Amino acid sequence: MDALLKIQLLKTQFHKKHGIVKAVDGVDLKIHQGETLSLVGESGCGKSITGLSIMKLVPPPGRIVAGSIEFKKRNILNLSEKQMSKIRGKEIGLILQDPLSALNPVITVGEQISEVIRTHFPVNRKEAKNRTLDLMEKVQLPNVSSLYDSYPHQLSGGLRQRVLIAIALSCSPSLVIADEPTTALDVSIQSQILSLLKNLKKEFQISLLLITHDFSVVAEMADRVAVMYAGKIVEQANTFDIFTNPIHPYTKSLLDAIPKLDFSGKKKTKTIVPLKGAVPDMMNLPDGCTFYPRCSIADESCQKSYPKGFLSDGGKFVSCFKAKLA
Amino acid sequence: MKILFNRIIYLIVLFIGIAIINFTLFFMSPGDPTNQYFSPKVKKSNLQILKQKMGVDLPWHKQLKNWSLHTLKGDLGYSWSKHRPVKDILKEAIPATLQLTIFALFINLIIGSLIGIFAGINSNRLSGKFLDILTLTIYSTPVFLLALFLIYVFSQKLQILPPSGMDSLRFGESGFWLTFFDRMRHIILPVSVLGLIGAATTSRYVQEHIKSVIKQDYIRMAFAKGLSLKRIYFKHAFKNALLPVATLIGIYFPFLLGSALIVEVVFAWPGMGRVTFEAISSKDYPVLMAVNMIAAIMVISGNLISDMLYRFIDPRIRIQ
Repeated sequence: MDALLKIQLLKTQFHKKHGIVKAVDGVDLKIHQGETLSLVGESGCGKSITGLSIMKLVPPPGRIVAGSIEFKKRNILNLSEKQMSKIRGKEIGLILQDPLSALNPVITVGEQISEVIRTHFPVNRKEAKNRTLDLMEKVQLPNVSSLYDSYPHQLSGGLRQRVLIAIALSCSPSLVIADEPTTALDVSIQSQILSLLKNLKKEFQISLLLITHDFSVVAEMADRVAVMYAGKIVEQANTFDIFTNPIHPYTKSLLDAIPKLDFSGKKKTKTIVPLKGAVPDMMNLPDGCTFYPRCSIADESCQKSYPKGFLSDGGKFVSCFKAKLA
Repeated sequence: MKILFNRIIYLIVLFIGIAIINFTLFFMSPGDPTNQYFSPKVKKSNLQILKQKMGVDLPWHKQLKNWSLHTLKGDLGYSWSKHRPVKDILKEAIPATLQLTIFALFINLIIGSLIGIFAGINSNRLSGKFLDILTLTIYSTPVFLLALFLIYVFSQKLQILPPSGMDSLRFGESGFWLTFFDRMRHIILPVSVLGLIGAATTSRYVQEHIKSVIKQDYIRMAFAKGLSLKRIYFKHAFKNALLPVATLIGIYFPFLLGSALIVEVVFAWPGMGRVTFEAISSKDYPVLMAVNMIAAIMVISGNLISDMLYRFIDPRIRIQ
């Protein structure tokens, strides 16, 4: 099956005064029609920049220096800014983490949705408004006709995130990039938003790139998972396999760091194991495997070169010297 | 509406306070209207009679009462140096100053905003940096220096614009259009000085705010929606950067009055600024008191306007 989105050896770098930040360093990803791929990793590992690279919206001084991004069999890196603006919002939708800062404070909610429709379709204001009201009902906003003329600050966090989802879906895109869509929300609202996203994904038949650091969101939503560390994908597999049989030591430690409930009454069998250290300085990455300084199973050979990825049984992609032997 | 009402009540109280302070300052200043008759030949007792007639020998509160009642009736007193009613002097001067300042304010806001947006968006490029330095240079140039520079270039060297005055001598003899064009020729240089310095100020404010606004998530969202650049910058970015401009309008009224003083003196423009300058030079207290009250009205109404504009632009303040 042909992939809807095919990213190959993508490199996005920030050239700063004191050096180069390799935010995305040779990432390969594929998203198929109707699939949800989850991109997981700690803060600062480059997952958001990967998402923005797909929309060609990397903030300066960052830029895409190498690789290809094929969307519907067209390499969008060769497209002009004008051609790109016809894809943004129409074929690829974006949902950002903080719905308050992502909505313009001085423009009404309805206008912020309907302007996307008016930009991409030849419709008049009235028709755009009708479509907007429909859309607002689809994302389960209450009292849509009065909400249409409200301003973002008058809405609660959950409602604002629904507005963002409506904006992303306004032109029935084939791909939606959701960058931490639930991180800024209360837990009770999180589950509502996730189930809404899940239902709308089916209804609109979209593919979803879900960027998150929250494994409970991954378990709920994703078909496949790609784990990212310091600008590189270290493991990629089906969601079930990641949870049951993680191979890369980084994935393992991420899963170990999740608190678990234990009601068995016995003494604690499994405690939270925090991951040692912090994400390395992206301007000054260690030689060899970038995870080496924090890895529990690394030895001297890991310092010499970065491990090439290999496919294990069952189509898992892993890049680790030690895991191969294990 | 209730907010507007409260605001106006507050400003009226403020105005009364300013009026009392204004009066008291001049009450405490040395000298009185009889000074102009002072000479070795005049008897002291005659001066005393004159003082009684004018009411300047009365205590503070009685003089304040007299002054307030006359001011409220529209009687602003009599100029000591020009020997005319202050009201008549102001009637000639205010329209001349308004022509200058309103013209300048338009140029200021329109050109200043456009340059500010452009410089803010392109702050990393050479063009943005050039505009940044240019506006900073104009912003920090003293008003009189810029005025003299423009006179030197356009009147002295190129000889295309008149260096001073409001009208040429043939004013009144030619038809309406000739008079109009003549006035325009005279107004270009003083308006340029006021407008350019104001525009530099505005653009620096707008530029700074655009720079921070375009880093916001909602601008990233506007790009992600595939909107046109025009819409992103003018609707999404500029509307947010307009807020400081609304505040500036409140500051510009007194600023314009102050700069107009210098510009009017340099260009011999018969407006409020020159009236003020001459009144200060000749210790003409009645004129100065009237000028102060007009300045107070301008500052207060400027504040009211910027307050209302703020509410109009920002929905977060509009709805309480």
